[in-house]
Order: sequence, then structure tokens, then C-alpha cells
Amino acid sequence: MMNQKTGKMTTQNDKKWELRLYIAGHTEKSVTALNNLRRYCEEHLKGQYKIEVIDLLRKPQLAEGDQILATPTLVRKVPEPIRKIIGDLSNEEKVLVGLNIIPA
Amino acid sequence: MKTNSNTKQKKDNKALLTLQKTPTGISGLDEVTGGGLPKGRPTLVCGEAGSGKTMMSIEFIVRGAMQFNEPGVIMTFEERADELAVNVASLGFDLEKLQADKKIKMDYVHISRSEIRETGEYDLDGLFIRLGYAIDSIKAKRVVLDTIENLFGGLKDKGILRAELRRLFTWLKDKGITAVITGERGEGKLTRFGLEEYVSDCVILLDHRVVNQISTRRMRIVKYRGSLHGTNEYPFLIDEDGIAVLPVTSLKLDKGITSERISSGIPTVDEMLGGKGFFRGSSVLISGTAGTGKTSIASNFADGVCKNNERCLYFAFEEPPQQIIRNMHSISLGLEKHVKSGLLRFCAARPTLYGLEMHLVAVHKEIQRFKPSVVIIDPITNFVSIGSLSEVKSMLIRLIDFLQNEQITVLFTALTLNDMVNDQTDEAISSLVDSWLLIKDIESNGERNRGLYVIKSRGMKHSNQVREFVISDKGLELIDVYVGPDGILTGSAREAQIIQEETGAAIHSYALTRKDREIVRKRQVLESKIASLHSEFESVEDELNKVYEEEELRKQILSKNRETMQSIRRGSENNDEPKNRKNDNTK
Repeated sequence: MMNQKTGKMTTQNDKKWELRLYIAGHTEKSVTALNNLRRYCEEHLKGQYKIEVIDLLRKPQLAEGDQILATPTLVRKVPEPIRKIIGDLSNEEKVLVGLNIIPA
Repeated sequence: MKTNSNTKQKKDNKALLTLQKTPTGISGLDEVTGGGLPKGRPTLVCGEAGSGKTMMSIEFIVRGAMQFNEPGVIMTFEERADELAVNVASLGFDLEKLQADKKIKMDYVHISRSEIRETGEYDLDGLFIRLGYAIDSIKAKRVVLDTIENLFGGLKDKGILRAELRRLFTWLKDKGITAVITGERGEGKLTRFGLEEYVSDCVILLDHRVVNQISTRRMRIVKYRGSLHGTNEYPFLIDEDGIAVLPVTSLKLDKGITSERISSGIPTVDEMLGGKGFFRGSSVLISGTAGTGKTSIASNFADGVCKNNERCLYFAFEEPPQQIIRNMHSISLGLEKHVKSGLLRFCAARPTLYGLEMHLVAVHKEIQRFKPSVVIIDPITNFVSIGSLSEVKSMLIRLIDFLQNEQITVLFTALTLNDMVNDQTDEAISSLVDSWLLIKDIESNGERNRGLYVIKSRGMKHSNQVREFVISDKGLELIDVYVGPDGILTGSAREAQIIQEETGAAIHSYALTRKDREIVRKRQVLESKIASLHSEFESVEDELNKVYEEEELRKQILSKNRETMQSIRRGSENNDEPKNRKNDNTK
């Protein structure tokens, strides 16, 4: 169990994390979400992550591609499979589990 | 002053009340809604699974794009865009092309709980932006959200969702978009998640009911704020042309009437109907027991109509068309040439294929497509197997009304059962039809023969006679029924009567000729007698004449003699005489 876990951790550490945060304008929710996300990433994925913020008000055509409904939506593009977390990301555990940074 | 202000107010009210409508282009739906869906407002179309919600909403978008130049957005939460395109391709809707032409835009919103986690506050701005972008990219006037309820399955926070849906519909209204939102029917509610709370301008309920194992689609306008609308349940049909709703009971009794006549195709039947046949645009019922030749009469009518270069639509609910064509060869009717020339069209279907209302819709559609001048329905009695008598009657009323409005002559055949005195079906329908021909079996001498009666024929002098109806390999014919001492004579009894009468006539004529000859002889005798008498008379006359002439001669001679005697006696008198003669001359 422990070995598997550590093994997982090592493979994850090798990878680059590509995260995309969709927002609709700079609302309270989107600012909170971005701040939360940055904090979690600094804590858990330091140096191996990339965050792309897409403002749908400016680029509405991008909403269809990632099947965005709600804002803010965090999309984990890499590593696969794609995962989505909607909301202001206020619950740290849920976000980390959702992104599969820590196991459920 | 008061009245003035009142009228003014009324006028203002009127201007306010007139709700603008967006035509759907779906046949029948615009009639039922009085012009279409409320313009710039959302409409809820709800119903059970498979009731045609998606079809109706897609057709609304496609017809809008194709017929009214109003581009539309289809946002689907259920089917992928390519799946949907395949599904509606069967209706002849080319979504791919319309999309390429920027007439419509499709957006498939995929939502699955397994992919999405929720944490904290969020809103559906993403959806708004997507929809807004789609609308702006083609300048859409119409939007379909099919089925937005799927969001409830994908998102946990119902509170947020409900608030956002409310915001969505207000937002669509503000944008002036005519939207159709579909929703699945819920238990005791119109929709499972209570969408009707948000969409309150117009709600259309679709239904798919199975009665006696026959399914009928129906739609009803549950509510239409600010507009009059039909409140009944209207049957509708989904076929290769899309949806067709039938506003069947909104018809009035104000049809145009013509006194033009149309031949029944059988001259002797025309004779019974005042010599000219049926009125154009009237309804004719031919009823009779099994095997009395109802279909033959109907086929003859069809043949006559086609020979007149008019179109005839034949609904066969009992026999397949090929069989009718084959059978009609036996009475030397070639119907296939009319089928080939396109004047005659057969529509065959088992009555049990679908419900009564669906039949009515199907009949309507066929008639509107083919535009015949005569419609034949053979037979109507089979409909009783799929509906109650009153239902059949109401269907026929609507059908007859529709046909009379279109000035189409219709001929029904109806099967009556032998032993029933007043057959129910006849009774139910007879008050609706204008002309009613009854073919009855006349049973005598161990034979069954057919007798044709004109029971009624509105607006014309029709024969009150019972005529024997004979079907031979030459065709149909009506023969005067012989009334003998024992009643009506038909079939071989009639033939026997004819033969008997013919023999009688022969004997009679023989007797007549003998008498004639005798008379001639008598005349000859008389004439010879007359001749001899004549000559006798001449001789008598001669004799008499002779006496008379002799007398005359004697008189002359005597007077001469007297003169000569006088002149001999007196010479002076002889001189006077020339004087007298002279005087006479001067005179």
C-alpha cells in the first residue's frame, strides 16, 4: 500500500500539471477561485504546474471545447483523464481529491 | 369626457394586449396557437419520453431558419449534435448544411457527474456565455434548449441551479429570443423538476397514449398567457414531413356551396339521382351487406372521375390496392391506367395501424398533398374496431367538414349487418351525409339479388324506386325491378317474368297479325263489293241520265217545232222578233 502510494507520488512528480481555470470576468468568485488554486498548487505541486486563466467574456468561443457550463471551472488537462472542478475551490480537500493530487 | 377617456383606455389596452407571435411553420400548430409561439418569450414543451418533444423543437428551429429567415440555436443536453443530425435527417432536415450556411448553430452540452466535482460557490455564466456566443455568431432569433433538465442530473446544488435557470429565462426574454424549452413529464407535475415555474408564458403538453393497443400522439396547450388558443387535445403525427397537428374541431359550418354535379360513373345511378349524379362537394354513403358491390360502385365512381381528368384519392381500409384493381377487372374496369397516369391514388392501411385521430391526420395530409376532387373511403365501418361509435362519428364529422370546405366530393362505403333492422353505423353517419344509397339483399326463390335504393339525396329529385343492381362482366347496371303479383321480382324470377312476357307478346303479336290479315281480307271483300255497287250505281245513273237527256232533247225539239209552227202561223210576229233583238243589243 505504502509502496504503491509512494510510487504514485513519484510518477506524478515526474509530470507537468496543466491546469486551466475558466472564469467569466473578474468576479468575487473567480478571484477567490484563482487565489485558492494558486495556494494549493504552491503547496502541493510546486514547480510542476502551469495555470492558464481563460476569461470567457473575452473568449467565449473557448467554452464549447472544454464543455464549460459553470464558472469558475477548473479543468485538469494534463495529466489525463480530464477532470473538472466547479465552484470557488473553497474546500481544499475536495479540490486536491478532485485533481487526484491526493487519493480519495 | 368620461366616455372619451374610457374608449381611449380601451384602445390602449387593445394595443397592449396584442401579443406578437412567432410562427412555427409546423403545420397545424400555428392554427391552434393562433399564429405561433409568443415572440421573444420562452415556451415550455413537455411530455413523456418519446412523445416528440425534441422533434417539435428541432422542427421549430429548422422551419424558422428555412421558411422565416430566423436563424436558430439548438442547445442539446441529451443527444450529441451529430446524432441529432442523423435523427432528424429522416425528416429531410439537413442540419449539417444549415449549420454550414450559418442558419442554425448546434451546441452539445455534455454534463456528467463523474467528471465534475463541486466545491464552493459557482454560477452558470459559462452556459450563458456559450449560448450568448452561439446566438450572436448567427444572429439567432430562436433558441431550443433540449432538455435543460439534464443539468439537474449533472449538478448537485439544486439551489444554485434553480436560481440560475430563472436567470437564464429572464436573460433570454431580455434578449428577445423566442425559446423552446423541453422538459420531461414528471409525476403529478408537468415537468420532473418544475420547469413550468420558470417558463410561464406558454406551455405545450405532448402526450402519447395507447388505447386498445393503438397509440395516438396528442398535444394540448396547457397555457398561453395573453392569447386565445385552442384548448382541446389535438392529435398530431410525426412522419417524413415532420410534425402535423390537426386542428380538427375548429371548423365552422360556413362552407361554400356549389350546385355543380358530378357523375357517379354509372349512368343508371345518375338517372336515379335526378339524372345528373351527386352534387360536387357533397358526401355520399353507400351502405350494404357483405358482398353487395359497394367497392364496385366506389371503383366505378373513381373510374368515372378519372375519365373526366380529375383526381381521385382512394383510401382502402380493407383490401390492398392491387387486389381492388384485380377484382375490378372482373367488371371490366381498368383502374391501373388511372393509377399510372397519376389521376388515381390508392392509400391502403389497416384501420388498426394507428388511432382514429391519426387516421384523420393522415387522411388530411394525403388530401392536402394530392389535392383530389373526389375522395373515396372504403369502408368506414372498419373504424369502429378502433374507436367507439361516437368517436368514429366525430371523426367523420370533422372529415366531412374539411372535405366540404375544400369542395371535395367524398364517398364512404359502410358495411351493414344482415339482421340488424337499423344498423347503428348507418344511423350514426346517415345524418351527416348528403346522399345515401343502400344496397339490400332481396331474397326470394332461393336466390339472393341486390336491390339499390336511394334513401336520401339532399337537394335533388331522386327516384323512389327500388332498382335491381346487377354486376356482370360488362360492368354495373341498374335494372327496373319487376313487380309481379307476388311482389318484387328479381334475378331469375325477373328473367322468367321477362321470358313469360316475351312469349305473351309473341303470341299476342301473332294473334294480331292474323286479325290484321282478316281485316285486310274483309276490306278486300268489302272493297270489291263497293266496286260492284259503284258500277251498278253508275249504270243506274247512266240510265237516269239517259232518260233525262231524252227528255231535254224532246223539249228542245218540241219548242223548235212550236216555233216553226208559230212562224208558219203568224208572219208579223216573225218581224218583231229581230227588233227585240236589236233593243237587247243596245241595252
